[in-house]
Amino acid sequence: MFKIVRREEMSGGTVVLNEIEAPLIARKAKPGQFVIIKANETGERVPLTMADTDPVKGTITLIYMVVGKSTALFKTLKVGEGYQDIIGPLGKPTHLENVGTAVCVGGGTGIAVLHPITRGLKQAGNKVISIIGARSKNILILEDQMRAVSDELHVCTDDGSYGHHGFVTEVLKTVLDKNKVGLVVGIGPVPMMKFVSKITKDYGVKTLVSLNPIMIDGTGMCGGCRVTVGGKTQFACVDGPEFDGHLVDFDELTLRLQAYCEDEKECYNNFCTLKA
Amino acid sequence: MAEKPEKKEKTPRQPMPEQEPKARARNFEEVPYGYGPEAAVKEAERCLQCKNPACVDGCPVAVDIPGFINLIKQGEFARSISKIWEKNSLPAVCGRVCPQEMQCEGRCIIGKKGEPVAIGNLERFAADFARKSGECELPTLAQPTGKRVAVVGSGPAGLTVAGDLILKGHQVTIYEAFHKPGGVLVYGIPEFRLPKEIVFSEVAALENMGVKLELNQVIGRTITVEELFAEGFDAVFLGVGAGLPRFLNVPGENLIGIYSANEYLTRSNLMKAYRFPEYDTPIIKGRKVITLGAGNVAMDAARTALRLGAESSSIVYRRSREEVPARAAEVHHAEEEGVQFHFLTAPVKFLGNEKGRLTGMVGLKMALGEPDDSGRRRPVEIKGSEFEMECDLAIIAVGANANPLLTRSTEGLQLNKWGYIVADEATGKTSRKAVWAGGDIVTGSATVILAMGAGRKAADSIHDYLVRGW
Ligand SMILES: Cc1cc2nc3c(=O)[nH]c(=O)nc-3n(C[C@H](O)[C@H](O)[C@H](O)COP(=O)(O)OP(=O)(O)OC[C@H]3O[C@@H](n4cnc5c(N)ncnc54)[C@H](O)[C@@H]3O)c2cc1C
Ligand SMILES: Cc1cc2nc3c(=O)[nH]c(=O)nc-3n(C[C@H](O)[C@H](O)[C@H](O)COP(=O)(O)OP(=O)(O)OC[C@H]3O[C@@H](n4cnc5c(N)ncnc54)[C@H](O)[C@@H]3O)c2cc1C
Ligand code: SF4
Ligand code: SF4
Ligand code: FES
Repeated sequence: MFKIVRREEMSGGTVVLNEIEAPLIARKAKPGQFVIIKANETGERVPLTMADTDPVKGTITLIYMVVGKSTALFKTLKVGEGYQDIIGPLGKPTHLENVGTAVCVGGGTGIAVLHPITRGLKQAGNKVISIIGARSKNILILEDQMRAVSDELHVCTDDGSYGHHGFVTEVLKTVLDKNKVGLVVGIGPVPMMKFVSKITKDYGVKTLVSLNPIMIDGTGMCGGCRVTVGGKTQFACVDGPEFDGHLVDFDELTLRLQAYCEDEKECYNNFCTLKA
Repeated sequence: MAEKPEKKEKTPRQPMPEQEPKARARNFEEVPYGYGPEAAVKEAERCLQCKNPACVDGCPVAVDIPGFINLIKQGEFARSISKIWEKNSLPAVCGRVCPQEMQCEGRCIIGKKGEPVAIGNLERFAADFARKSGECELPTLAQPTGKRVAVVGSGPAGLTVAGDLILKGHQVTIYEAFHKPGGVLVYGIPEFRLPKEIVFSEVAALENMGVKLELNQVIGRTITVEELFAEGFDAVFLGVGAGLPRFLNVPGENLIGIYSANEYLTRSNLMKAYRFPEYDTPIIKGRKVITLGAGNVAMDAARTALRLGAESSSIVYRRSREEVPARAAEVHHAEEEGVQFHFLTAPVKFLGNEKGRLTGMVGLKMALGEPDDSGRRRPVEIKGSEFEMECDLAIIAVGANANPLLTRSTEGLQLNKWGYIVADEATGKTSRKAVWAGGDIVTGSATVILAMGAGRKAADSIHDYLVRGW
């Protein structure tokens, strides 16, 4: 068993942080990589990015949004309990280099994935401008942590309850107008990554996005995670999960993420009825 | 002499009792029930006990076939399994999944005139008897040598290496990427053909003998081969299988409702999606299902689709019936269950709706042309013969390639132009010192027994190295 040593709730309980004992993975993991995690015998294999790792303590930190049966099940696990299986580190690490000025754009739980990359870009000597957003102030996560690793931090909320009233993409434009930017990293919901990529394409700035297609094995064995990038099929678990945002077919990804909607609802409802 | 076979041939080959096709096409229980002792003895009596048994030449690991059959004939069931174990450590598996008609049974002398001895069924009988009765001697381990071997992958190749080397007194640890051991035996071959309980009991027997099993360890990611040596392993065996799905590269292949056979079978077998929502992993069930390809993998997929409730399940194959590579028994079972076969048909593209879901496939009729390199007659397109087939699930089962995850992260391994590991055929030695390889990662997709045969040779060579040097 992989034991949970620390647990926090964020975003009014819709987002949960688990720090978990997984020494072999903690020793190896680099920013941008993910694990596959399975709670129990009947559980699904769920991919989650490592928001942090501590090779000395031998722990990894995962931050996940509760969206369906599996993540709802994860939420019920307490400190001292744990997961039956964790596999990793998987995927290619982010290529961290000094490009001068880098802009990190994060939305929702994407901020958790963005945080270690932001820190890595800062450590690589970049000037880092970060733009993070959420629907509303009370569900914004990791603001302090992002501020600590950024030279400049912009916060946006869709409802205007905090920071800039509007989308991260609006702030991104003004930042791109004012600065000579070498790289944009955009991680969040698919529509957000799509629009970030659209804008940066107009500005001609290289852009990385982190894709989250449905996965099973995470080792290139099943092809379930295939995405179209530059007209070619790629397996996100081994060729990614990060890709050039200007080449990604976001519309196909959006559709493919809906593959099991009906089944997932059934599974989730069963789980909630059982719990109640 | 000439009369003898005639006389014996009077007993017909004992039929395998099986579930009714109609009923079994809707459940995941094993299809054949297996022989009872009476049928087994009767079948064993059909064997002529040849002095130069051709059947043994047909078996890649040279099981002493007349030997074990003779023991069944005498009712010595426990001893018969020990005889098989001398050459084959997974007989319950091989009896079920070997392509016997191309191997042992294909060479059986009786088969020249009538039906060959049911060697596979008898092997399965002996193994199942031993497992159920517990009546058999565990082999004894040799004196500990203090040497440590890491086996990467727990498919038939890896399990064979582990079993052989633990017997020879070495310490063995198996590293497996998945959360369950068994390789294709567990994630690929369905329950109705090979109950998983059988595989797990074989693995448990290895663990009882002292083999250590480390699951969830992706070698090349979690730990590298370099680190295995640094940790003190004296030798490493790579048995990671093929494990990279081939797609067709036709338009529309990323529509929802198109799976690689690996994904479809992994969801169903390993993740138990056929028991959704008791198990959490979903699977697209499909009403009208098309499977592309005609190997064992395709048969497994097409038959799984029926069991998941499909109204129709069709095999679409570019070549003709003669070229079908699947085991004869699987084709026969599939037909009995109602799988339809469309030969000489190639996929051109897939059609979808506005939600990105599969609605149909455009196929093209083929005709047989001149034989190609493999001696099979090459299918050629018939121009203008495009037609549409309705489907809401398509499974691509046109083969696998070498998965590069491990080979790319390991230095000094010579690969061939398709990315498979180059290993000496007789010993399994790779270009890197103290590293052996065998099974599908060397030969490309083959069979369980060939993977085991390669494992056996590698184990002998590893033992030799550990006691004598490279
Ligand atoms: C490489 C990668 C990294 C990810 N990192 C994070 C992260 O750090 N934090 C986070 O909150 N989420 C992350 N996700 C998404 C997360 O995996 C899904 O939210 C989770 O699987 C949902 O499972 P569920 O059963 O709770 O919900 P479900 O009800 O099963 O699904 C809700 C939605 O999640 C998606 N989903 C379902 N199953 C999978 C699956 N096996 N793989 C991927 N997506 C799936 C589908 O779009 C689905 O409609 C990541 C996904 C990938 C591929
Ligand atoms: C659906 C299907 C049906 C089949 N039917 C038959 C049949 O009826 N008869 C027959 O004889 N053959 C059949 N075969 C073929 C047969 O199963 C294979 O030839 C055989 O399993 C190959 O054995 P292997 O040990 O080389 O590899 P595999 O069985 O593929 O096992 C390899 C193992 O290594 C693990 N692995 C991979 N990479 C890593 C890594 N980096 N680190 C750790 N572990 C790793 C994998 O997860 C897997 O468990 C079938 C194959 C399939 C897919
Ligand atoms: S291992 Fe396979 S080929 Fe050999 S005797 Fe048994 S069934 Fe036949
Ligand atoms: S060839 Fe046939 S008859 Fe002869 S020993 Fe083998 S199984 Fe028996
Ligand atoms: S998750 Fe199976 S290939 Fe990527």
